[in-house]
Order: sequence, then C-alpha cells, then structure tokens
Amino acid sequence: MRGIVSIAGYVPRHRLERAEVAAFLGSGGGSGTRAVAAHDEDTTTMGVESARLALRSVPGVRPSTLWFATATPAYLDKTNAATVHAALGLPATTGAYDFGGALRSATGALAAALDGGGTVAVVAADVRDGLPSSADEAGGGDGAATVVVGDGSDGAPVVAALIGRASVTDEFVDRWRTPGDRRSRTWEERFGETRYVPLGAEAFTTALGSAGLEAGDVTRVAVTGMHARAARALGRRLGVGEAAMADDLARTVGQAGTAHPLLVLAAQVEEAQPGDVIAVVHLADGADAFVFRVTDARTGWRPDRPVADQVAAGAPLPYGRFLAWRGMLTPEPPRRPEPARVSASAAWRSEAWKFRFVGSEDRASGAIHLPPARVSMEGGAVDDMVPVERSDTLATVATYTVDRLAYSPSPPIVFAVLDFDGGGRFPVELTDVDADAVRIGDRVEMTFRRLFTADGIHDYFWKATPVRARAAG
Amino acid sequence: MASHGIKDKVAIVGMGCTRFAEHWDKGLDDLIVDAATETFASAGVTKDDVDAYWFGTAQSGMSGITLARPLQLQGKPVTRVENYCTTGSEALRAAAYAVASGAYDVAMAVGAEKVKDSGYQGLNAFPIPNDGTARTLTAAAMFSMVAPAYAAKYGIDEDELAQVLARISWKNHQNGSKNPRAQFTKPVSMETICASPRVAGKLGVFDCAGVADGAAAAIVVRAEDAHRYTDRPLYIKALSFAAGSGSGLIDPGYDYTHFPECATAAADAYAQAGVTDPLHELAMAEVHDCFTPTELVLMEDLGFAERGTAYKEVAAGTFDLDGTLPVNPDGGLKSFGHPVGASGLRMLFEAWLQLRGEATPERQISSTSRLALTHNLGGYPGEMVSFVSIVGTELG
Repeated sequence: MRGIVSIAGYVPRHRLERAEVAAFLGSGGGSGTRAVAAHDEDTTTMGVESARLALRSVPGVRPSTLWFATATPAYLDKTNAATVHAALGLPATTGAYDFGGALRSATGALAAALDGGGTVAVVAADVRDGLPSSADEAGGGDGAATVVVGDGSDGAPVVAALIGRASVTDEFVDRWRTPGDRRSRTWEERFGETRYVPLGAEAFTTALGSAGLEAGDVTRVAVTGMHARAARALGRRLGVGEAAMADDLARTVGQAGTAHPLLVLAAQVEEAQPGDVIAVVHLADGADAFVFRVTDARTGWRPDRPVADQVAAGAPLPYGRFLAWRGMLTPEPPRRPEPARVSASAAWRSEAWKFRFVGSEDRASGAIHLPPARVSMEGGAVDDMVPVERSDTLATVATYTVDRLAYSPSPPIVFAVLDFDGGGRFPVELTDVDADAVRIGDRVEMTFRRLFTADGIHDYFWKATPVRARAAG
Repeated sequence: MASHGIKDKVAIVGMGCTRFAEHWDKGLDDLIVDAATETFASAGVTKDDVDAYWFGTAQSGMSGITLARPLQLQGKPVTRVENYCTTGSEALRAAAYAVASGAYDVAMAVGAEKVKDSGYQGLNAFPIPNDGTARTLTAAAMFSMVAPAYAAKYGIDEDELAQVLARISWKNHQNGSKNPRAQFTKPVSMETICASPRVAGKLGVFDCAGVADGAAAAIVVRAEDAHRYTDRPLYIKALSFAAGSGSGLIDPGYDYTHFPECATAAADAYAQAGVTDPLHELAMAEVHDCFTPTELVLMEDLGFAERGTAYKEVAAGTFDLDGTLPVNPDGGLKSFGHPVGASGLRMLFEAWLQLRGEATPERQISSTSRLALTHNLGGYPGEMVSFVSIVGTELG
C-alpha cells in the first residue's frame, strides 16, 4: 500500500479583500479574499513552512528524497529544493530536486512519488499574481503544501492510500508565460474550457475506474486549476453531487497555481474520516486525477496546523501594500544603504545556523549560544559544545523596538530580544506582526524567511512571529 | 595581571578641534589640516617636532597614509586605529602609551571623520562579507530598547521617563548653545523635543545625536617635559578601556538597563586616578550621549548616581552646567554630532578648555576640582567597547 504518510498546507497570514481592487482602480477584483505571501516570503520559504508542518506530524519519518515544485521559483539554475533541504535539516544523502516551470509540476511530482518507491517529500509552492486589476491578480493565491509519500514502512503508516490515478495530456495554448515575463497571458477562455472539461472528465473517470469505483463512491472531490471557469464546469460534470464537492479554497485563498491541488488535498485529508474516498483533479495542459482511500491510521495522525485554521486566521492587507510587495508600485525606500550580497562561503560555513537555526550548548555550563560558538561565554570551555536546535522552540519577547530608519524591503522593522523555552537568547526581527501590538512577554515562534535580495542572491534566515493558531486537542 | 595606568607620566600640551558641522565645503583632508594646524600652534611645535602619530578614523580612510598625505609627514611612524565609536580615544591611548614607554618624546593623536559624503543620514558601516544572519538595526533602535527596560525594572512610568530623557536632550542643547564649535548652537525647548517624530522605539529625533563631520587632535609629551610647551598642561591621570565579549546579546541574564563594559572601564579609571567619589571629585564629565537613554544609564555605570536613581538626579538638575557635576558641558554628541574618529578627542578638548579656564564664559565651569573625565563608547547594549579617561591640571 502506497500513499500519503503525512500532508500539510501553508497559507500565508495576509489576505487581500478582492473588493479593494475595484475600489482603488475602478475595475478588477471581485468578492472574497486571496492569500498573500509577505514581502519576506517566496515559494522556497513557504515550501519550507509547509514541509515543517507535514514532518512535525510524523516525527520518525525522514524522507529519502525531496522534490520541490513551483512555477515561480526563487532561483533558476540553482536548486531551490536544496534550500528547503537545508532548512529541514535533512541528511546530505537525501536527494533534493526541483520540478520547475509549469503549473503541472507538483501533480507530476506527486504522481512520480506515488508510482515510485521510498519515502518522498513532495513540496509545492506558488506565488500568483498579474497586472493590477487582472483576473490573475484577484483569482490567484499564494501558498504551499507538502505531501510525504511512502508505503508505511518508514516509521509512520499511510493515512490515505492511493487507489486510483490517471493523467491525460494535450498540447494547446491556453495560458503561457515566457521566461522573464512578469505576468501570464491567456487565450480566450472559452477555448480552454472546451479542452479542459473533457480532459478532466476523462482523467477522473479513468482514475475511478482503476480503483474499481464510480462517481457515487467518492466522499469528497476537488477540482483545481488556474482556468477557474473550466474547473467550475468540470465540477458540475463529475456526477458526484453538490455535497461531495470539496471547498476549492478559491474564495478565501485563491488558486495557488502549482501548489493548489496539494493544498486542497491537505485540507481534504485533514477533514476526512477513515474509509472516506477523496479525490483531486488538476487541470493544467491536460488533467491529473488522484483518488485516495483514507485509512484507519488517519485517527492516529494529527495535523499540526490544519489548512482550515490557517485560512480562518488571516489578517487584512491593504491593496497598496500588496502592490508594493509585488513590485507593482514602488514606495520611497528608507534612505539607508541597501545590504550587500551574502557571502556564499560564509553562508555555507554557517549552514546549520543560517538555515536550521542550530546553536550550540556548552556541555559544562549549559550556556546556550545563538549563533553557535567555539568558546563558551560561561566558564570559557573551548570546543566542548553540542548542537542545539531552536527553530521549533517557542520563545518569549524580553524586550523589543520598532526601527523606522533601518533598511527593510517593507519598513518599519519590528525587532525583539527573545528568550527561548529551554534556554537561549537571540535578538531577531519579527514578521507578520502588528508593530503597535507587540508587548514584552508575547509568545513567538520561528519562521523561515527571505530577509532581502542583493545581486540576485536571496538572504534566507529565520524571523519570529506571534504563535499562530494550532489544532485544538 | 594588573592595570597599572600611567598616572602623571604623560601630559597633554596642545589641542585643537574643528567646528563639528555638515562641512559640505571641507573634505577629510581639510578637517585633518585644520585640526592639526590648530594643535601644532597650541603646543608651539611643528609637524617635524612630533615623533609619532596615531590617526583615528572609523570609516573615512585606511592606514596611516590617510593622515600622512594631507599633512605631508615624511618618514614618520603613522598608524591608523579603529575601535568603533571610541576610535578617537583609542588614538590618544596609543599616543600616550608610546610616550609613557619612552619610545618617543612627542606623540600626536588625530581623530577625524567625514560622515556627510555618504548621501545617507546617520552613520553607516562598511559591509564586511558575512552569512546574512546578523541583525541590521540602526544604533537608535538598539539603544531604544534601554528605555522601556529601565522603566520596567525601576517601576517608572514610561511617560515620566520620557520627560527625563527629554531633559537630557534639553540640557545638552542648552550647553551646546553656548559653544560656537557645536553643530547645533540653538537651545531646543522641551516641547519641541517631546513632539519630535519617532525614529526608533519611543526615541524621537531629539533623542539622537546629530550627524556631523569634524576633527580633533592632541599632542602628548612626558610629564616632566610639559612646561617646555605650555604653562597649563593637562596630566593624564587614567586611561582605561574595556571590550565586551558580545555575550550580552545572547545572555538571558542581560536586562538592557546597564552597560557592564562602561562600569568596568570606569572602575579601572577611578583606581588608576585614585578617585573614590567621582560625583564630587570631578569638575566635569564628557560622556557618550549617542542617545538620551545612553546618558541616563551612564550616570549609574560611571558611578555618578546609585543604580535606579539617575532619572531622579537628571530631573533634579544634578548634571546641569550649574549642577553638582556638569555632564557634557560642551553640548555632547547631542549638539556636536558624532564624527566617529573625532568624538573621543572632542570630549578631551572640552576638558582641555574647561580645566584651563578657556571655555566660552557662558559655559565656563567654576569648580574647585581640577579633574575631568571623558567617557567614550562604541557598539550597542550587549556588545560594546568603552573608554574612560581622567585628566587633571596638577601632578600628584
């Protein structure tokens, strides 16, 4: 039996009210909200956050391979999966590969993982937008998801077993973006709809058939894809009935491109009961359909932060700030020098610190050093330290400030001195936080972020953020 | 292991200091030439009479040639020193030790900084290649964390503390208004200070030092030779220095209400000079008021007030020009700005003027004490270097 060992989605905190677009520009937008990656988030950081959540639910599991899929990569040529790999602290012997470019990358990676062997972490993320007032801007969303695929032999059972899968492929031009383009373009949508609906129906029917099931056996199914009209039309054609249609998160999160089918699948698994049959159909240059049966192991598997909770925990973001974060509008930057590019060799030497937030603990005195040190600040012992990881440790704000002068891609910088549970102090930037709401004693957690980019090199490191909602119980 | 000091072994016999200002019409070389020329004249020597030079600049140039070229020093030992914002004081320390050691008869410390050519407000550090994980806050933000921590520790209402901090700014601007060499020479009202826009935490513009270009210099000789150069030398009573380990940033025991490096440097200086009651034994003190909370905490670290009481003493006027111990009688960093390499020597220049009775009459201190202290720090709370000097007009 092969299937999903663990799964999690990541929805960034910020929400754009679509109605704000028309209020500002006179057209565009719509109803509902879309999720927005913060200025310090990209597909890599969101992928890391989703993978941390997925792996947290199965502490004994260590994937043998990591695949990272996105249509909006932080780097080309350089492997973004290697950054995710570093932030997760996976062994050097774990392969890390990108599935890049197309909106079908994540479902392709998931299909390959399900068809193959070993334990594979499929991480998908996307940042979607378009020109101001465009349908892509309003309908797109930002998010990530990670599916840990295995056969149950690696320390954790399969919670959703693959029982059917089908892919159909067709070459036609519906949506395209040439390398370097800031936005996607689309053909007249009626043409794409006439292609996608039969392709999706064929994939769904074939997948069900391979499982020996019919539409009526499906507990919950979702259709995803950037062609919203085709996705809706296909939903009506599947023959599963209204009650079986899963929330596709389009009204709250928006279509998170490559990542969206995995994000919706995460929500379905989180809400499913043992025995349920759940399915996802993704429309992108063809159609991919997956059918799973939720196993009894689902009851023992606990999502750390369900997608539904994250969707509910959004905070409004003004449209102007959204435009600024997306580079569609350029506010006056702080009049301070921009940071220099990160040194590749210095970053490599401090990989454990920079990417995993691993400090050191003096074995004699117990003093914790963030970043790691060779000579202890207490007692002076030399080279007698053990690594101590703090990326998953909560901390308390000891003191804080708001810096309105320092360079930031989105001023002001909110900064706090943190005391970690179990020991260790570190002064660090806060993110996804209301500058006026920070207080001494606040509880925060660490999150992997992109601090800035210089000379095309992204500076990844950790920030702290107020503790977000966790699953009750 | 001991800090013996060089009490009464070295004398300052000449000093000079430019006006600190946005010197758009002067480059680093001009500032150096102006300060050095005034200093040579003050001591009655030429550049050839000086045996060795130490040049303090944090970011305006590298190597001793930055000083040797504008002054056209030929074949002299010229060394550039840097130690954060204590750079100017560090140049003096090196020159004084060189003379005390007997290596040279006459040595000169020059400090200069051309800050205003960067095109940015504030001070900006050279980017040293790094792993991208170090904080990138401004100094204002780092020091802004002191005020709420101090208020919480001693149970002071934050608004009351804000008034105390504003009074420090008001006092230093009052003093600076009496000093033609200051960057800001107008008094500033409490209302203006309190209404200034916030830049970091609760610190407003008037809680921060100015930003200026400037240069200052001193010539030192053996104490027994001092009267060959001037009738009124200043004898070095103490020079102390303490560099923190940076552990305050990562030590949960550090509470942001004191600067241990400064207390350490002060204790060493008092031991060297034989000072036991600084509040009453000193005629004046120049301290590193980069931000108003810094000066507040320094009153305790330097032993001018008991822990947790400095805010009361500030409010009572203890450190005003006519108070028990005038602090920053020249106007401090608040009125002078902070050309990093020059500031330590600018502080000493005020001691030079005051103890010799040469300050402008409006700010001349009439004290029976013949000792003055300068305190210069660099870095941030938790990660700091600190310098303290004590100078006096009499031997013994």
